Amino acid sequence: MLGDIFKLFFENKKATIGFFILLFFVGIAIFAPVLAPYDPKANKIEVIEVLDVDRGRRRTVESEKINEFEDTRVYTQEEITTYKRYTKKFPLNSPPSSEHYFGTTQSGQDIYSQVIWGTRISLTVGIGTGLFTTFIALTLALVAGYFGGLVDDIISLFTNVFLVIPSLPLMIVIAAYITVRGVMPIVLILALTSWPWPTRLLRSQVVSLKNRDFVKVSRSLGERPLYIIFNEMLPNMISLVMASFFQMTMAAIIGEATLEFLGLGNVSIVSWGTILYWAQNNGALLSGAWWWFLPPGIAIALIGTSFAMMNFAVDEISNPKLRKR
Amino acid sequence: MKYFARKLGLLFFALFVAITINFFLPRLMPGDPASDLVNKMQGIPPEALESIKAAFGVDTEDSLLTQYGKYLYNLVKGDLGISISRFPIPVSDVLRIAIPWSLGLMGLSTIISFFIGTLIGIGCAWNRSKPLATFTVGFFIFIRSFPYFWLGLLFIYLFAFKIPIFPIGGSYQQGIGRSGWEFVISILKHGFLPALTIVISSMGAWILTMRNNMINVLAEDYITVAMAKGLPMKRIKGLYAAKNALLPSITGFAMSIGFVVGGGLLTEMVFGYPGVGLMLFQAVQSKDYPLMQAIFLFISAAVLLANFIADVFILILDPRVRDGGQ
Repeated sequence: MLGDIFKLFFENKKATIGFFILLFFVGIAIFAPVLAPYDPKANKIEVIEVLDVDRGRRRTVESEKINEFEDTRVYTQEEITTYKRYTKKFPLNSPPSSEHYFGTTQSGQDIYSQVIWGTRISLTVGIGTGLFTTFIALTLALVAGYFGGLVDDIISLFTNVFLVIPSLPLMIVIAAYITVRGVMPIVLILALTSWPWPTRLLRSQVVSLKNRDFVKVSRSLGERPLYIIFNEMLPNMISLVMASFFQMTMAAIIGEATLEFLGLGNVSIVSWGTILYWAQNNGALLSGAWWWFLPPGIAIALIGTSFAMMNFAVDEISNPKLRKR
Repeated sequence: MKYFARKLGLLFFALFVAITINFFLPRLMPGDPASDLVNKMQGIPPEALESIKAAFGVDTEDSLLTQYGKYLYNLVKGDLGISISRFPIPVSDVLRIAIPWSLGLMGLSTIISFFIGTLIGIGCAWNRSKPLATFTVGFFIFIRSFPYFWLGLLFIYLFAFKIPIFPIGGSYQQGIGRSGWEFVISILKHGFLPALTIVISSMGAWILTMRNNMINVLAEDYITVAMAKGLPMKRIKGLYAAKNALLPSITGFAMSIGFVVGGGLLTEMVFGYPGVGLMLFQAVQSKDYPLMQAIFLFISAAVLLANFIADVFILILDPRVRDGGQ
């Protein structure tokens, strides 16, 4: 069953492209320490400059490699006559260059390193929230849809109500009251304001499955509800659950960036949202520092596109009418 | 009629929930933000402190239920409290100034976006195998993935800073009279970029919804029959397919009003457009809790009402709903 789904998934061009974009960012997030050339918060770096007399040229060695270099120096003493150790300050507000691929901020931090490290937080919060929200939605949908009756009425009523209460203002108001600034509150706020949509979607699927013959047969055979839910209904809901997860993750990544951009997150961590927050608060736009706000936005859009494409693909796979004929 | 009653019931219940959330949020939040606020507020006029204490239930003997009763009573009277950051202006006055700007900006750009988006969606579904349609759909999926506020930032950079044809922010030029053509042109010029942001970023949703609905309808048997009969394509496209695909699109429209308004609020914040969104942002920044809560309540009420209106619209348009069937 799962194997079939994956096969169908990767036969779809949109899904494959989306998946590889996601994989690219996951790679960046995992290997951030290796990929980022500098500390995302530092605006200077320790440098050793060596004058290699034999070869008549200078080399510089940057921070992390200094210790390593000092070890080898012992062995290469004869070749080297002088070296000096100093702190190199990064240029302030400089456009992209070969040393700083995405330029630097007003206080001289390397934006390329920030975007790379930011991938970690943005992706973790996004996927974490996506999983959490989908889990809440699925649980509510199964309970409401399968058991029906009063439980269903109550859950459905609240789903419909929270579906129409605008989530962004609610998010902002809750965030404004929270005194603890961090990643966890953001995950909670996002999950708390976005569960109704997938719940409604999944519940209607549960209700329709419940009335299918194969489920009816199981029920009349006296199978336990948990058995029916996990073995007969869930496998038939995988595509919708996946679609919900993709949508919720995408919404969470944008939602996190939004809250942080407004200064409602923890502004001392490095994420795509906080980069934009600092860019906005230091007037990056009106000093023409396009390199400051462009990369995080594009990163968000790329990841969003990746999830949107996978979501589209799942839609196409489960709804044959949408497939190309 | 049953449909109408149900929707009306939902409207009132949702309003009640929004009001209740509004009451309990500051009181039940961990860390007690309300007392925190009052403690930080030393030095403001004592009347203001009193009104804040009363509004948030700090240092009061009343039970939560009594407070809730008082809160509801004040709400019915239209008393939303006093703004802290603009003391002593009542919150309702602050709101009254901001509302027309938001209504104009968001209302107009949403309507434009819905119409253009729906038309493009019809085109994309009808010509779905052509490269241009595929490109358009892909392009708008990509655009839709940009955060609203970021697209606004980009437009400010491009069209207000790099090529300064539009103003950077605000709603009209200060210093000119508040009447006459000059004023109108100034408003249009200031509103253009925010409106463009809202139109461009929300259009993708309408395009995709309409396209998918239309494709679903085009797969129906009656379309095949119409084609087999040799009816003019234009007639099939407009009268047979698009008309029927529009209904779910309007339902979608009703449901996504909340998202659209959210995006509009962010756009206002980025452009410094003096609507409800900017007010909310300023209220949050200056920890003006009474103003913040009033704005949340107003936005919720507006969205709920808009939703209800859209539902009534569906009732008029959809015979299945109208005749009380499924």
